[in-house]
Amino acid sequence: MTILAQRPKSLLDVPMHYCPGCGHGIVHRLMAETFDELNIADRVIGVAPVGCAVFADSYFACDMVQGAHGRGPAIATGIKRSKPGAIVFSYQGDGDLASIGMAEIVHAAVRSEKITVIFINNAIYGMTGGQMAPTTLVGQVATTAPKGRDPELQGWPINMCEMLAQITGSKYLARVAVDSPQNVIKAKQAIKKAFENQVNGVGFSMVEVLSQCPTNWHADPMKALEFVRTKMMPQYPLGVFKDEGAK
Amino acid sequence: MPKIEVDANKCKACYLCVNACPKKCLGPSKTISKKGYFPAEQQRPEDCIGCKMCYLVCPDVAITVIK
Amino acid sequence: MTEKTLRKGNEALAEGAIRAGCRFFAGYPITPQNEVPEYMSANMADAGGAFVQAESEVAAINMVYGAASTGTRSMTSSSSPGVSLKQEGITYLASADLPCLIVNVMRGGPGLGSISGAQGDYFQATRGGGNGDYHVIVLAPNSVEELGNFPKLAFDLAEKYRMPCMILADGILGQMMESMSFNFDPVDPNQLGKFDWAVDINKNGRKKNNVFSYKGDNLIADVVERAKRYGYIEKTEPRFETRQTEDCDVLLVAYGLSSRACMEAVVKGREEGLKVGLFRPITLWPFPSEALRSAAKNAKAVVCVEQSLGQLVQDVKLALNGAKPVYLNAYPAGGQPDGGTILPAVKSALNGGTEGLFDLQRHAEGFSYECKRDASLGVQGDWKGGK
Repeated sequence: MTILAQRPKSLLDVPMHYCPGCGHGIVHRLMAETFDELNIADRVIGVAPVGCAVFADSYFACDMVQGAHGRGPAIATGIKRSKPGAIVFSYQGDGDLASIGMAEIVHAAVRSEKITVIFINNAIYGMTGGQMAPTTLVGQVATTAPKGRDPELQGWPINMCEMLAQITGSKYLARVAVDSPQNVIKAKQAIKKAFENQVNGVGFSMVEVLSQCPTNWHADPMKALEFVRTKMMPQYPLGVFKDEGAK
Repeated sequence: MPKIEVDANKCKACYLCVNACPKKCLGPSKTISKKGYFPAEQQRPEDCIGCKMCYLVCPDVAITVIK
Repeated sequence: MTEKTLRKGNEALAEGAIRAGCRFFAGYPITPQNEVPEYMSANMADAGGAFVQAESEVAAINMVYGAASTGTRSMTSSSSPGVSLKQEGITYLASADLPCLIVNVMRGGPGLGSISGAQGDYFQATRGGGNGDYHVIVLAPNSVEELGNFPKLAFDLAEKYRMPCMILADGILGQMMESMSFNFDPVDPNQLGKFDWAVDINKNGRKKNNVFSYKGDNLIADVVERAKRYGYIEKTEPRFETRQTEDCDVLLVAYGLSSRACMEAVVKGREEGLKVGLFRPITLWPFPSEALRSAAKNAKAVVCVEQSLGQLVQDVKLALNGAKPVYLNAYPAGGQPDGGTILPAVKSALNGGTEGLFDLQRHAEGFSYECKRDASLGVQGDWKGGK
């Protein structure tokens, strides 16, 4: 009897609190697999965000710090600079990273902090109940954009990978999705690369994951996958935006 | 013959695995779980090819694939 | 113990922190504390630590949150408006039970205020400027000597009780030069033991550590449990200094730089035959209430001398609980006391006068005020512009 696929060791054997069909759990698994495969589990220290993943420290087997909304990259900076041998990640949602924490993510990239950022973009504030995020699509309905996001009043969605690519200190930027087995495999490759970069001391690496939020999109899990493909991907094209990894 | 084990305590019945299976060998259980879901289960093991697609898309990491 | 040398307050503080084993500093430029990050940027790397000039005060305090999570002796410094920005991080540090050092070299406020020394942040420091029920230990030095030596005390207390410790200085103290020496041996942080709660590498099979702000199961129990530490600290850690309190008729109460002016007032007053004494809280939280009560036992009146508009005086009134008349001699927003301005207040307190004594309602006597909207200027609905 051979086990072809099972829960990675770096993910604790507990049920997760995420809604049915939510993309967070897939990303958690990909990260945990990466820790196991790169044999870095003993060195990983994670920073959990404020948002749906606030309890991520209950799921990852590594040491975790949970801090203030948007400040993950600053907290990760403090950890990495004090323990340069640690593999430090900051796990953040779109409101966390692209709104309240904009200064922290930009300047972590400017300083090219040797950290890995996993950025979950589901175009909505999940934990607080479906408010408009900086990444909410034009026309997308949210509880604070009841008629849909109107650029005249609320501006346009922000593309973080493209924006951070302009900063010299960013070294690896990729946007992936977890809507299909094929894309999950690609997401894994990007996440692995972003952590390999840190092992090799390359500099600031971030993977943006287009993730489904069936609850706040008011969609069933299958329709949520469709939303990722037909609505999110045109605004947020998948791909590698920067790769200045180990030469 | 590959075997798909679904942890009924973790499965939240999103059925992304059912959707992803190229051989359509998974389906909803008829038994309700402790959490109140009808978890996914392997219903036609004879068709399973062990491709792990179900494992790849499972958000609750509830699936183990055994050969 | 080192030889006495002439040092600037901010530099003594920075050097004292490095000697105390601080190996992580994050800060943002703001006057009048810039010598602290400047000194750290020049010396922290040589000491084997990390200096980060953060993008904001908010980021700086959160970098400290991260560094402190690893058990590293970590600090940030700023001045009043910058410390306002740090309050988010401070309440998170308190809730996550993280030891660290926060320095406020106060300047005039509110708002942008001025860059001259002031004591307007007493409430912010002692009441907790952030949300929720928490305290930070607050140390108030009154000399460059203390500014240089308090970082060691601050780290020791912060680690002993797993909570942030603040040094509340002011712009003049930070900027002035005095002869000082360090009264402790340099700490080698590499030789300090690890904490069982810190996040770290090389876990070697130990249990997983989480540093949480919100533990997610029973917040009430956590807050109530943490309050036991606060109560214990209130009982065991108050620090203070007294000058000629045994026979005093008027007890001055002042902390930080104001207490230096009060020392002059004690000497000058006694030369004039006034029995003046001084009580100087060194810890502002825990406030040395019991010691103040015994120092004031024989006094006829108590006068608070503070460079703010009635902040310290509230703790003094709480401590004395009506047992003595308490007056205020106030120098808000960057005003500076000296012996000559304090003594009239001492005399007023003794003879029922008002010179030198500040009372908010008396201050507003004969004054009335009402801001009115004026439709002749136009109406708010004119937003489209034009006629």
